[in-house]
Amino acid sequence: MTNLVEIRDLKVEAKTDSGRIVEIIKGVSFDVAEGEIVALIGESGSGKTTVALTLMGHARPGCRISGGSVKLAGKDMARLSEKARARVRGTEVSYVPQSAAAAFNPAATIMEQVIEITRIHDLMPPAEAKSRAVELFRALSLPEPDTIGDRYPHQVSGGQLQRLSAAMALIGDPKIVIFDEPTTALDVTTQIEVLRAFKAVMRKGGIAGVYVSHDLAVVAQIADRIIVLKGGEVQEAGTTGQILSNAKHPYTRELLAAFEPKARGAAPLVSEARPILEIENIVAGYGAVQSNGLPLVCAVRSVSLTVEKGRNLGIIGESGCGKSTLARTIAGILPTTAGRVIFDGQELAPSASKRTHEQLREMQIVFQYADTALNPAKSIEDILARPLTFYHGMDGATRNKRIAALLDMVQLPSSVRNRRPAELSGGQKQRVNFARALAADPKLILCDEITSALDTVVAAAVIELLKELQRELGLSYIFISHDISVVEAICDEIVVMYAGEKVEQLMPSTTGKRPQHPYSQLLFSSVPKLDPHWLDGLERDPEQVRAYCQR
Amino acid sequence: MTTDSAKTPAAGRMGYRFNLVGMLALAVILLWGLVAIFAHLLIPYPVGEIVDFDYFGPMSAQFWLGSDYLGRDMFSRIVMGARYTVGISVAAVAIACTTGVVLGMIAAVSGGWTDTLLSRFLDAMSSIPSKLFGLVVVAAVGSSIPVLIFTLSVIYIPGAYRFARALAVNINAMDFITVARTRGESVFYIIRSEILPNILGPVLADLGLRFVFIVLLLSGLSFLGLGVQPPYADWGALVRENIGGLPFGAPAVMFPSIAIASLTISVNLLIDNLPYKIRDRSSQ
Repeated sequence: MTNLVEIRDLKVEAKTDSGRIVEIIKGVSFDVAEGEIVALIGESGSGKTTVALTLMGHARPGCRISGGSVKLAGKDMARLSEKARARVRGTEVSYVPQSAAAAFNPAATIMEQVIEITRIHDLMPPAEAKSRAVELFRALSLPEPDTIGDRYPHQVSGGQLQRLSAAMALIGDPKIVIFDEPTTALDVTTQIEVLRAFKAVMRKGGIAGVYVSHDLAVVAQIADRIIVLKGGEVQEAGTTGQILSNAKHPYTRELLAAFEPKARGAAPLVSEARPILEIENIVAGYGAVQSNGLPLVCAVRSVSLTVEKGRNLGIIGESGCGKSTLARTIAGILPTTAGRVIFDGQELAPSASKRTHEQLREMQIVFQYADTALNPAKSIEDILARPLTFYHGMDGATRNKRIAALLDMVQLPSSVRNRRPAELSGGQKQRVNFARALAADPKLILCDEITSALDTVVAAAVIELLKELQRELGLSYIFISHDISVVEAICDEIVVMYAGEKVEQLMPSTTGKRPQHPYSQLLFSSVPKLDPHWLDGLERDPEQVRAYCQR
Repeated sequence: MTTDSAKTPAAGRMGYRFNLVGMLALAVILLWGLVAIFAHLLIPYPVGEIVDFDYFGPMSAQFWLGSDYLGRDMFSRIVMGARYTVGISVAAVAIACTTGVVLGMIAAVSGGWTDTLLSRFLDAMSSIPSKLFGLVVVAAVGSSIPVLIFTLSVIYIPGAYRFARALAVNINAMDFITVARTRGESVFYIIRSEILPNILGPVLADLGLRFVFIVLLLSGLSFLGLGVQPPYADWGALVRENIGGLPFGAPAVMFPSIAIASLTISVNLLIDNLPYKIRDRSSQ
């Protein structure tokens, strides 16, 4: 027997709230050999996590495995009793979740939780389990491996916690580990360390893995084979090299195409380069103002920047660098502690409630999560109608016509008018979110991570849409993202932020100009490339890593 | 590829599902509502008139639910009593919930001093025991229907306020509220258009629950003789009047109690089994 896992014609069905049965996995078959890492990739809703969970014999509430077999080392996980499955989980198959922060119990030390599996299955005495855990911590290149287990989950960083959850999965010496998007929630600079640690441990122990992800570049670094899923069916399967260089299926090509670097193209020529927004030495943060004039937690420290009319500014940086706080400050949601915001020649009041109607209209903000940015109780029509009535006093037929025009602009069918946000897909919701900002006829739109919650292919389409609207309407964008490729695709200038400060301003269009600041260099070099050998070949200056990675 | 299962029970045309218990409960509530409205057409005898020579008479063809301690017809008295019990409770619950929910949303959206003042004031109010407050007010100004309605609603405002504020605070943290604020919307618009539609479901459930509490408190006050005054009587007062019949197992004391129980239990069951919308649209 060479194959550790043999999945044959797997079917999973779900029951909707009207009692209708929907088949969500429609006959998936694949194998995983001993020591091989197979990646499952696809957009959200493609069934990749559902398939991975069946390896543990688990189907989420409301779902059940309705057909086919999932053979793991000769045992059919779909047929085993719940008790027999519980014996296999943790010892033969284990799971690393997407959000390690949510998977750890905040009230127990890390060591207690890491060795819990050995206690449940009575595998080894606690002292032995602890020394084994320390070995794993060392293998996963965690700092202070001897004492990190005594800490509580909130005392370590996100990247460390993700590696600790891998240690938890590996302690029972499983034959196969399921990774469910383990690096999606991490910054690119941290992601590299985590990926490296995973890869090293898996290779060394000869452990097989199933790696679920939507990010082709990440998968390329770690997987031996790639299986592309869409709509609960396998679209294409092959070795990593084959898929990357010679993709057959149109959907796989689409995924690959979303990675092609798209240059911003020549910036639209504006006759007079007039600044639309200037901010001077902005200081903002949370908590009461201290005696030194700074807020208790200072998120933005003396940042200045300028956006010219018809041009786009990108702001990038890791999570917690203050980029979203900066956007909220510009929009007046969080008043500045010091500094000035000058918009279209006028100085704006620090708080939105003190700004005039026109000032508010001309600057709109679009948030990351369209789910929470659209009122779930209102129809799309009502959502778009409000700014039209509020700012332009439109009603009746004029407003109706304008709503139709707006939906047309963001390329949505007019049939969505009477639907509620919950009935739209993620990409459609983000388009409505954007259409609402356009309804105000703004001059500047602040886009706060608007593509981060979307699938690669959908995000690429949204970016194309933004560019097209800019050509038609002469807008300016401030584009905030942690995803460098997205920012490069749309922005004329890029500001790199680190720890609340602007460290560098770059012009991606001027070729040859490389990032100068060490943090920008680190950030740019950390973006995964489609090349499978990229991670192994990547050299990073350990000094820089120590200085800028909170690991 | 989808397979339609057998026709789902009670899936209405509108895409709502409503189960049997909920429907039965709604039927009982509607029945009592209709009885209250058309009471004057239903009663066979005037409520104040002594029509039976016996007291605590048994159920008979002439007196469907027996007669009371003075020989008055119980059926007529219960039917008329529905007017007081249902009417006073509906009025009180409407005032309590409207005031509480509006104040709760204002506090959540405004925050700061408005929130602190309102919350502390209503916390202080809720620290007064409800029955004691009712006793004091009724003892001080005398019992009349407007006084009863006012007292009952004041007692239940703090609870409705707390509930609505807790819900509204969660909604207030959502991005669409931030969008509305940066658009320059007024507090009134945010409350009415952005928050209220999102908390309406739980608020209605809370309204049902509070209605039950009010019916029980009103019955309790009437039982103590502080509620509706003779010769008129709500259900609680009917229980008190006829409590002497309890050793004889007289229908005069059983039926008002059953009426109170059937109404409160039905409202409880209805709010636990409200119709819910089926989100799976393609099944239609």
